[in-house]
Amino acid sequence: MNYLRRAGSSLVAPLLALVLAMAVTSIILVAFGSDVGTVFQQMWFYGSQASSIALILNLATTYYLSAIAVAIGFKMNLFNIGVNGQYLLGGMAAAAVAGHLSLPGYLAIPITMLVAIVVAALWAGIAGWLKVSRGVSEVISTIMLNFIALGIISYTIIRTNIGEEIAVNVRGTRKIPTSGQMPGFTFPNSDTQVYGFIFIALFVGIGYWFILNRTRFGYDLRASGMSPSAAVASGVDSKKMIAITMLISGGIAGLVALPDLLGSSHTYTLNFPNGYGFTGIAIALIGRNNPLGIAFGALLWAFLDVSSQQLDLVGVPQEIVTILQGVTVLAVVIAYEIVRRNKVKAQQRDVGLALATQEAGA
Amino acid sequence: MNETAAALALTGIWKRFPGVIANSDVNLSVDAGSIHAVVGENGAGKSTLMKILYGMQKPDEGTIQVSGVPTQLNSPSEAIELGIGMVHQHFMLAENFTVLENIILGNEPKHGMSLDLSTARARLSELATKYSLQVPFDEYVSELGVGDRQRIEILKVLFRGARILILDEPTAVLVPQEVDELFSALRDLKSEGITIIFISHKLDEVLAIADQITVMRAGTTVASVNPKQTPVTAGELAELMVGSELPTPETSENTVTEKVVLRVTDLTVTNRDGKHVVDDVSFTIHSGEILGIAGIEGNGQAEIVDAILGIVPTTGAIEFLETDVASWPTRKRRENGIAVIPEDRTRQGLLLEAPLWENRMLGHQTSAPNARGFLLDPAGAKRDTARIVKEFDVRTPNIEVHASALSGGNQQKLIVGREMSGNPKLLIASHPTRGVDVGAQAAIWDHLRTARAAGLAVLLISADLDELIGLSDSIAVLLRGKIVTTVDPHTVTPAVLGSAMTGASA
Repeated sequence: MNYLRRAGSSLVAPLLALVLAMAVTSIILVAFGSDVGTVFQQMWFYGSQASSIALILNLATTYYLSAIAVAIGFKMNLFNIGVNGQYLLGGMAAAAVAGHLSLPGYLAIPITMLVAIVVAALWAGIAGWLKVSRGVSEVISTIMLNFIALGIISYTIIRTNIGEEIAVNVRGTRKIPTSGQMPGFTFPNSDTQVYGFIFIALFVGIGYWFILNRTRFGYDLRASGMSPSAAVASGVDSKKMIAITMLISGGIAGLVALPDLLGSSHTYTLNFPNGYGFTGIAIALIGRNNPLGIAFGALLWAFLDVSSQQLDLVGVPQEIVTILQGVTVLAVVIAYEIVRRNKVKAQQRDVGLALATQEAGA
Repeated sequence: MNETAAALALTGIWKRFPGVIANSDVNLSVDAGSIHAVVGENGAGKSTLMKILYGMQKPDEGTIQVSGVPTQLNSPSEAIELGIGMVHQHFMLAENFTVLENIILGNEPKHGMSLDLSTARARLSELATKYSLQVPFDEYVSELGVGDRQRIEILKVLFRGARILILDEPTAVLVPQEVDELFSALRDLKSEGITIIFISHKLDEVLAIADQITVMRAGTTVASVNPKQTPVTAGELAELMVGSELPTPETSENTVTEKVVLRVTDLTVTNRDGKHVVDDVSFTIHSGEILGIAGIEGNGQAEIVDAILGIVPTTGAIEFLETDVASWPTRKRRENGIAVIPEDRTRQGLLLEAPLWENRMLGHQTSAPNARGFLLDPAGAKRDTARIVKEFDVRTPNIEVHASALSGGNQQKLIVGREMSGNPKLLIASHPTRGVDVGAQAAIWDHLRTARAAGLAVLLISADLDELIGLSDSIAVLLRGKIVTTVDPHTVTPAVLGSAMTGASA
């Protein structure tokens, strides 16, 4: 009963948000003279094709990792806006190393992952160190580090021999040998491969839940997020927490590049997909830092991305989906606040009621 | 207008919240130009009644009459229009504004587009003289003490034209001398025809000032007495309030041992501005001893607590069980047996948006029953939370509700229960019974006495002088970060203690 109610109430907010977002988008569509029904129908039709689903799963895997990286910082009110730079830099380093590894997959893939994790964590660690030692806001420093990371990557690929001419006029890291690539599986009724990395993402999600809810470290982290002053009084070393959390967030960010790198591109070029880090922020917000909520958010976002490609064919600009995504984030923030307030009220009422009956009974 | 009508009359007021009845059949009649006290323990419905009077909440049933005219109060601004003003327990003043700016804030006399400060000043000095409420108009509020701040709040309300003043626990933050000043100001206000409603649970003060006393218990008004016509004692009022005898904080036999638990030598804490907020403080607490710290809030108490916990950088020595712990991090100190009941429970003692059993872990998250190695032990924490809820009478339907859903008194009981668990050696108790009702207060005192008899060393910081005198084995008086004197609680009176706290006597 209690569990049902809790599960029920945790579904109310995202559904409310989605309905709200669709309503706003419908109004915009009508204002532009489009047929709302056709648009949503087309999106659903295209998005539910087997090959689209495979694409959605792949995209969602990447989004999920990015959002988890952001969420772990959010849990203690640490805003890692630099996931983007962290994954790009970590991805490039991992690609450069993996290209030169001639080892069996069970060795090559973990080494590649480790390189991505370490490089991205160290890059995030700069922001952590600046905050702890100099009080620099991590928001500012991580944003700045994004730009610096892009600069370093361009320089490395174009100017150093880490970058090679892998095709006519295309410079990138050496192609990862087949043994170092991560095998995927074919989605039923389609010829699109689903990245094997989806299982790693699943594992990261479970690990995220376990660390936060079942370890002392996770308790300290959540306590720091809920009340920094109470956490300090309870013996949490806030500087150490900031440094460690920043490293973990960056480490997970390092994984963001790998589904694409190990599953399809097998090389890092300057055209490597950019922007996952910012999408991760939006999805962490939609999922409210909850591992299941983030999975839902990642799938939704990926569905919207993939299905929007169909919209141009029915004469609707696919940017309408960008609006839908943006409105969803705002709607989620609002819906959760409404639901949270009602929950607090309901709980206070429950306590009052229970006490009143207790006293009447006594 | 009816000349004989009461300034304010409430008849048959009911106010229900979902699941609880906050006020049932409340009747209150306040004569114009009188001081009317409303007494009752926490949770008796005083604050709901005040919110109704000030238009912050609407009653479900019943009538409100102001000067004989039936009225609906929908908002505080309507209450102000009818001449009803409220002085809150916690002052609402802008620190970086002058007194004058604070008083006119929200009600500024304007001169075209600009502030008309001279008119404001003229009106204010007139008010201040008329009611003998002298405050330095051009000082910044941050420079002023509690007594001045309270006068500012009263002037603020009068400036808005209030004829009926509601004072919510006005003496809670004052030392005895300031209480006397407040009372003489209230008498002046009364002689000028202002009606005063005085909310309190300090019965001796109520008896000293009130013309009429209304007692509330369990949401309703149970009695109304005129102490001038029918003499009544504080004890009798207390029995009306709680329906039973009033507990006292007295400790019995001496349990102080030779074993030193905490020795602080030349402790100094410097704040960001380079000011010594704790200045060369030294004291020793033995096993089985309660050392009381008396002092007006903000004289270094909070910083001493933070220093012992290792939250702020300090100079000087802190020896705990004969080990120098000055270099230990907070966690190590807590793991070794320093427990703390923080002065501000919602800031330092609770995670409001976490369930009770997660709050059981706070400050004890590294040890049994809350953790096993690096993993948490939710089952153990839940079991022990259930024990605390039972032993310390925390009123809650279950241990899954968030801490924010509990009343302040029940939150405090949970914290006291938590900090008494795990066999602490030293307990730092800041205002351990602040905001809890009489019954819970007696229970907390009992727990402190039992633990003291069992050898616990306690550093007790309290604004309640009776509590300090009753429980402590010795009392150190803190003024501007220094211990100015040490007194024997068996011989000292609250008045003497009050003088020492203000620096009036050395």
